[in-house]
Amino acid sequence: MPTLRIPAALRSYTGGQSEIPIAGDTVSAALNNLVKRYPELIPHLVNEDGELRPYVNVFLGSENIREIQGLDTPLREEDRLMIIPSIAGGR
Amino acid sequence: MLPQLSHAEILRYSRHLLIPEVGLEGQRKLKAASVLVIGTGGLGSPVSLYLAAAGVGRIGLVDYDVVDYSNLQRQVIHGTASLGKLKVESARDRMLDINPDIHVEVYNEPFTSANAMRIAQDYDIIIDGTDNFPTRYLSNDVAVLLGKPNIYGSIYRFDGQASVFDARRGPCYRCLFPEPPPPGLVPTCAEGGVLGVLPGTIGTIQATEALKLILGIGEPLIGRLLLFNALDMSFEYVRLRKNPNCKICGPNPEVTELIDYEAFCGVPGHDHDVGSVGGGWDIEAKELAARLKNGGNLRLIDVREPHELQISRIEGAELIPLGQLAARLSELDSAQEMVVFCKSGSRSARALELLVGAGFRKVKNLKGGINAWAREVDPTQPVY
Repeated sequence: MPTLRIPAALRSYTGGQSEIPIAGDTVSAALNNLVKRYPELIPHLVNEDGELRPYVNVFLGSENIREIQGLDTPLREEDRLMIIPSIAGGR
Repeated sequence: MLPQLSHAEILRYSRHLLIPEVGLEGQRKLKAASVLVIGTGGLGSPVSLYLAAAGVGRIGLVDYDVVDYSNLQRQVIHGTASLGKLKVESARDRMLDINPDIHVEVYNEPFTSANAMRIAQDYDIIIDGTDNFPTRYLSNDVAVLLGKPNIYGSIYRFDGQASVFDARRGPCYRCLFPEPPPPGLVPTCAEGGVLGVLPGTIGTIQATEALKLILGIGEPLIGRLLLFNALDMSFEYVRLRKNPNCKICGPNPEVTELIDYEAFCGVPGHDHDVGSVGGGWDIEAKELAARLKNGGNLRLIDVREPHELQISRIEGAELIPLGQLAARLSELDSAQEMVVFCKSGSRSARALELLVGAGFRKVKNLKGGINAWAREVDPTQPVY
């Protein structure tokens, strides 16, 4: 099953889990399954039209899905997705 | 013509001179180089210390803050003796103590659209050690418009990111993050905390990248984003590409001069707690104390995280962490008066917004949070 890496900034919405196995044959299907399990993640990932928010990046391996097929990017069993959010801390 | 090194400098930099990739010529390049460090906090501390020690000839420091007790857990360039001093002066003194042969220029002012181009134009490299989205977009845009590299680092709790954004050779910050998150959605370090050594790790990586760029050696982090996690001790990289629709470095840029970054991001250009909502939605700590003393029928909702109860608490308050509030509205009664609070008033301001959005009207935000309560009402509670 594909896995999904949750960044620290979003782990309070996944019960502290950092690496989550998530079924789905496309990125979209996997994210849908994710937010079904953790509905509080929805506003952090997608807008009202179900599109990825512009300050959230999802990478499949080392490639940004925006540069592959976006949310329609197909997933294989062994794939690993990473959510990369905007963080601003530095002080 | 690169500057010459004195005998004292040759001895000081002997460990550099022994490395063939640096050598005498590399050290002279470092002496000729100039780097602007924006922010002398968590990231700026190791960046400035290491660049000074390495002999970067001219280092600029931009910050407008003074050294505070709560900085010392991670901002290692400052010490207890510097409490209350200007950060740029405290940092400069430490850097010149390490290396009196360098020049340190200080800018005791916020980095803004009004002064950014003037300050940055005289430096070869910009290092982004800021703590907020407006200044990060500003730092990026200045670098793109001036054609300079912007060495990026960012931290939260146990996670860090680093990259080198150089729009002449690769993507910029806006290619990856075209728009900032809406105000309040992403917690800041002042709200969420940060492991003290994390800025040490990420800042040291930023300093490393600066030295590599100056020396022209190795593979800079251009087109790559480093993702560090201290708990897993993992370093992962993802590939970043130039975004053809980038509003500043794309082929048809919309941003051709600096903009109002606080308006663009909807938040102030600093990571200080504002602590109030305004518009009559706030209640002062002393007023709250008086209301409670008079036995008012008032419900106190603490929207902090459970572990923060071990630090301080207000008697009679109920805990509903901000992240759970939306799902637990049914536990609240809109007919009853309520006061929401957190550490210093920022998270509770968002709680108030959420409650008002859900139809609650009899709700107020404790201005300055439980820290204001500890200062003004109950000195047995610590400020954190």
